[in-house]
Amino acid sequence: MPNNIPFYLAAAVTLGGAIAAMSLRNLVHCALCAAGAFAGLGAIYLQLGAEFVAAAQVLVYVGAIAMLIVFAILLTRGGKVKLTARQTAPNRFVGFLIVLLVCASLAGSILRSPSLQARTLALPEVTAPAQRIGENLMTAYVLPLETVGLLLTAAMLGAVVLAIREEPEARLRSEPTAQRRQALEEANIS
Amino acid sequence: MSPPSQYLIVSAMLFSVGFAGAALRRNAILVLIGIELMLNAANLNFIAFWRCGAHPEALTGVMFTIFSLAIAAAEAAVGLALIIAVYRHRRTIQLDELESLKG
Repeated sequence: MPNNIPFYLAAAVTLGGAIAAMSLRNLVHCALCAAGAFAGLGAIYLQLGAEFVAAAQVLVYVGAIAMLIVFAILLTRGGKVKLTARQTAPNRFVGFLIVLLVCASLAGSILRSPSLQARTLALPEVTAPAQRIGENLMTAYVLPLETVGLLLTAAMLGAVVLAIREEPEARLRSEPTAQRRQALEEANIS
Repeated sequence: MSPPSQYLIVSAMLFSVGFAGAALRRNAILVLIGIELMLNAANLNFIAFWRCGAHPEALTGVMFTIFSLAIAAAEAAVGLALIIAVYRHRRTIQLDELESLKG
């Protein structure tokens, strides 16, 4: 099928990036390959006619989440991972086995499903224009939209609270010990 | 192979790769990347079924994918903040070294 070559290219980029992200040693390389996999998935969305989702995928995953992952790697100094003995051969074999088992069970049921065989792709003029997505977001999906806004605010506050340095609390904890030391010294003097 | 099933098979392969990574890698950041890959596989399923479904004009799969993207962003932010907090306390993010609750 010559008209399917873009799909095969995007699928190869996606799966190759995913496999590389899950098997490479260097964490920075892993983050880069994961960003490539997310971008390939955006290309598949474009072929399926979901332009807005493809743009959002590139913005959110390739732009934001890959950046967050790189920042976390740099903040935890994870670029140089020391290899333990357990991280080598049997791990890779078990990983291959898991991929094979999960993939075979899913693909077997997909390929044998009779209702999927009858389906065809919808007509090419069926797309998801951004205007209709916006209308839907403002009418039928307005409650989920507000909930997602609340969730994002809570997640942002939670991330800041979790990742912030605990200096005021540390000072509070050190003050009683200073007082206790002073009291001990006074007791020793008397 | 029918048109929807090739997308579904790519999604199944992506999910299994992400699952193997999340189950086997010992670095917390790589586990998070594996979870993101599994979420992306689910999103691809939503888009494929939207495109091949009975009522593509209803945009249900697209809306679901957009909300799923937002939730994935929130999850990644909180997960990475947790990883940074754990690193600050324990000086490691290798999951098999974080075993102080182990029985």
